[in-house]
This record gives sequence, C-alpha cells and structure tokens, in this order.
Amino acid sequence: MQTSSQPTPVMLLPADELETPPLSPGQLAWRRFRRHKMALFGAVVLILLFVYAFGGALIFPESYANYTDTSLRLSPPSAKHPFGTDTIGRDVLARTIYGGQISLIIGLLAVSIESLIGILVGALAGYYGGFLDSLLMRITEAMLNIPEIFLLIVMAKFFGGRIPEIHLLGRVFSGSVIVIVVIIGLTSWMYLARIVRAEFLSIKENEFVLAARATGTSNFEIIFRHILPNSIAPIIVSATLGVANAILAEAYISFLGLGVQPPTATWGNMLDGANNYLESAPWLWFFPGLLILLTVLSINFLGDGLRDAFDPHSRAV
Amino acid sequence: MTMLLQTIDLKTRFRIPEGTIYAVNGVSFHISEGETLAVVGESGCGKSVTMMSILRLLPTPPAEIVSGRALWGNRDLLRLSENEMEQLRGREIAMVFQDPMTSLNPVLTIGRQLTESLRVHLGMGKEDAAQRAVELLEQVGIPDAAHRLGDYPHQYSGGMRQRVMIAMALCCHPSLLIADEPTTALDVTIQAQIVELVKKLRDQLHMAVIWITHDLGVVAGLAQRVMVMYAGFVVEEALVDDLYEDPRHPYTLALLAALPRVDRRRDRRLKSIPGAPPNLLVEPRGCPFAPRCEFAIERCRFEIPPLQPVGGTHTAACWVDVTTGAPR
Repeated sequence: MQTSSQPTPVMLLPADELETPPLSPGQLAWRRFRRHKMALFGAVVLILLFVYAFGGALIFPESYANYTDTSLRLSPPSAKHPFGTDTIGRDVLARTIYGGQISLIIGLLAVSIESLIGILVGALAGYYGGFLDSLLMRITEAMLNIPEIFLLIVMAKFFGGRIPEIHLLGRVFSGSVIVIVVIIGLTSWMYLARIVRAEFLSIKENEFVLAARATGTSNFEIIFRHILPNSIAPIIVSATLGVANAILAEAYISFLGLGVQPPTATWGNMLDGANNYLESAPWLWFFPGLLILLTVLSINFLGDGLRDAFDPHSRAV
Repeated sequence: MTMLLQTIDLKTRFRIPEGTIYAVNGVSFHISEGETLAVVGESGCGKSVTMMSILRLLPTPPAEIVSGRALWGNRDLLRLSENEMEQLRGREIAMVFQDPMTSLNPVLTIGRQLTESLRVHLGMGKEDAAQRAVELLEQVGIPDAAHRLGDYPHQYSGGMRQRVMIAMALCCHPSLLIADEPTTALDVTIQAQIVELVKKLRDQLHMAVIWITHDLGVVAGLAQRVMVMYAGFVVEEALVDDLYEDPRHPYTLALLAALPRVDRRRDRRLKSIPGAPPNLLVEPRGCPFAPRCEFAIERCRFEIPPLQPVGGTHTAACWVDVTTGAPR
C-alpha cells in the first residue's frame, strides 16, 4: 500500500535560471545605457547623421556640391534643390552632406588629439606626482587662463594658409582642415588632463597597483595597462562631449571666416555666408544650423547616457 | 641550508608634516632556502613596512630607508637600481597581500592579470602563457580553470581571489614568497584552506615563505621559526615550539596569555595587555614595551635592549630574564 502523505515535491528551477552568469563590466554598462532613453535617441540620431554625411556622398558627387550656377543664386528650396541654393548658386543639400563629413571628421580628429595630450599629461602628472605634477598642472592652468576663443583665433591666423592641400581617399582637403583640427586639439585638452590626473591620483592608491608592482610590472605598464583601463569611463564621457565642443569650435571660427576655407564646405563656414541673408534667405542658415544643433544635442545626450552607464556609483542593473 | 635573504639593521622612517614616524628601527633577520618564517606583531608594528622596504615598494618620499642592508645572494636589494628591482620582483621574490578583494585589477580579466608576468618575465607567447595560467589556477585549486580565465575579479569569491593572487605570485617560481597577512580578510574555514595550500605549494616548489600575521594561532602549524615584532623592533625570535613553550620576552608572554587555548581552563579570563602601543612619532630611547611591561626596571627606560641569545637559537631583546624576574 502506498502512503498517502507524499511530500510535496520541491520545485526545481531550470539550471539556466538558477544562476544567471555574472556580467562583465561592459555588459553591466550596456544594460544601464539601454535604460537611458535620451541616450539611445542620441545614439540613433548620431548614426543617422553619419549615414547622411557619408551615405549622401554616394548620391551627390563632390563636384556637384562645389558646382556654381549664378543664374540660380539664392533660390529657395524646390524639388531640384530641396535645401535651396546659396549666394553663388551651389546646392545647399549637397554642401551640408560634404560639410557634414568635414565637420564630423574635425570633431573626431580633434578629440583624438585632445585625448592623446590630455591623457598623457594627466597620467604622468597623476602617477608620478611631485615636481612633474606641479609643472604639468601649472602649464594646464596657464592654458586654461587664456580665453579659448582668443587662442583659437590667434592660432588660426598664425597657421592659416601655411599648410598645403591634402589628397586623401580621392578627395582634396583644404590644409585649413588640418590646421583647425590641430588648434582645436591643442586648446581643449586641459579639462581632460585634469580629469585623468584626478582619476590617477585615486586609482594609484589601490592595492592592485601595489600588487602589480610587487610582481615586477614596470611603471609604463602600470600606467597604461592597469590604471588607464580603470579610468576609461570618464575619459570616454569627456571625449564624447569633446566631439560636440570641437564641432562647435569649428563652427565659431569658420563663421568668423578664419576656419576651413572655401570651396571645402563645413557646417560652420556655410553659416559664414548666411549672416547677410538672415531674413531674405533663411534656408542658408537653417539647414547647417539645424544639423549642428542635432549633432551637438545628440552627442550630449549620448555623453549623459555613457556617464550614467559607466558611473560606478550607479550599480543598479 | 643555504642562506637566502639576510637583512641587517634595517631602519625605515616616514617623513610626514607632523614629524618623523620611526616605523622600522634596526631589524635584522635571515631566512634560508625552503624555510618558513612567521613574522608576528600587532597592527602598525612594522611587519609589512619591513618587507615592503626590502622589496622597495614604499613610495619615497614619504618613506626613507635610513640604513641597513638586505643581502639576496651577493646583491644588496637596497642598493639595486629600479630596473634591476623590477626584474627581481615577482621573479625571485613574490609578495601576496592582505586583501584579495582589492589586490586584483577590477577591469582586467583574471587570465590577463595572470598571463601578464608570464609574458613580461618569462617572455612567453600568448598561447603558452594562457596554458600555463590554466595550470597555475589548477595548482591553486580553482575548479574549471580553463573556463574561468575570462572572468573578471568580481565574479570570483574572496577565497578564490586569494588563490589567484597566490597563483600570480607563483608563476615565475620565486625562491621566496612573502605573504602579508594573506588570510586576515577571509573566513576562518577559507583561512585554513589557504594555509594548507601555501604549505602544499611550499613543499612542492621548495620555496621559502615569510608569513606575516597577527594571529599566533595560524603560525604554529605552518612555520619553523617565529619572529615577534613590536614598535619596529624585533623583540624575540625562536623556533616555533620554543616560542610557545618558553617565551622569553614580556611582550610575547603577554600575547600568548591573550590567546585562547583549548588545553587551558575556559572559565579563566583571557588577559589583555594594559596600555597602548607607543607613539611612533617619538624617537625610541629605551625598550618600546617598557611602559606596558610588568617586568620593567629602570634600565629599560633609557637603554634599548639588543637581541641576545637566551639558549640555542632562541633570542630575545630584554634586560630582564622573565623566567626569574631578575635583571640580566
């Protein structure tokens, strides 16, 4: 006879639900980033802007963007010229596409230079401390004390027209693009250097740095393989926001006529030609202005999202 | 047995805005090949600073090694160049630290941290290093090592991390392992496992071990010799059994009286040592333990007692013979 009082069977979870595999820091960051709706929006818009600038070039050849037809000057948006034409009859749509390429490239390259200098200065100052730290930080402060726009203008004047044109990927870039990239890079690394220094100051006190030294790791490796990966989050955030600032800085100086020289278009120098036609031909400033606005806005949203995603204090998943 | 490391009259100080910290005040000791030496003392007595001075891991400034020698073979570690030191650390002398939770880099995988010194010191290729890393992890008892190489430190438990630290220390077959309180941050059961692991590896690899601890209980089953430190001085040094059965320094005596033992009556209260450890900002003039010592005589306050033999290899630094209470 079977016993009637059978013990209630214990519910077993399927193996894969019992223990979710632990996540790597990158996966955790991605989880938090996904929850940030504005950042996702920013990322999507940014991708679309890249597609616009680099995909659009497949539709319109560069010669079309620089093609002048004075009989059609300042014509409003139409089916043939959806964004209208500019003061010498060039198609604004095609120019925003090629200008976008230059603006985005300037943003990325300038940030590369900014990051390189900022990380090096900050890392050396923070890691070694002492005299080197004082020296590098005084230089940083000196640079910060000069108004950036003033520096930009002086350097643009000084270097302007000294660099020949560059042939790359079947395109001709005005040498002024390189000048702008370099001067934006040279005038914007200071905040990053301070951030990196602060990170290094705190991370180098960790026991894993001592442990690394105890296994005979050299200073170079400790700086670049142990401490730098630990401070990558604020660097990524700062660099992301730096792209937006570089695009804006390029727009300033190009608007003042000191930046990238025509016929190479950028969003900034397209605005330069528009200031006399604010009311009579609003399409001249509206489209490049809108694109700058969208780019800067979405990069800032993206930066915010990355900041939250990497923030070690927001461990919530 | 061949002498491996001999430290002579090591003095380390820290210059801070408040003055000078007299952290290590003339420490001499030696360790032979394959031997295990335990260094015992309370927090801040200079155990770790002594070892870190020898490995030159202290930031200078504020630290300053005022005098002394640390002979490793025919070389003086305190006079090697920074490059030579880098070559030696991890390769000939390895160190394991107290807190395994913070001793691993949180953003690098275990595999990468393990293979690092293999590639730096032994010049191994990526694949060889990875294979050796798996062997090392298996050697220290990490199950399923091959799959756990890609994990990050936060995916390991405390005990496993300490095993990884030990694996990292062992990867270049050092002749000396310095373990700085490697079990302090762990559960008691895990502590026992780690002690057993180090014993096993020491015998397998014929490696000398300096085991720093403030737990006299751990020492008994592990070390051959014990060195007791107080306020930057070595106050007593002896074979383990001699020290437990016949302590000759009042501080050791007091430490042992504060230790619970299974072979003693349980209703007796454990004795604590009255007073507080000395202020290290004051240059020591007499025996540093004198203010707390029940045997102290006038001489103790003005003259620093040297470490002198009290029988066999047993040495103690005291002006009083604690077995009789009479001055020496």
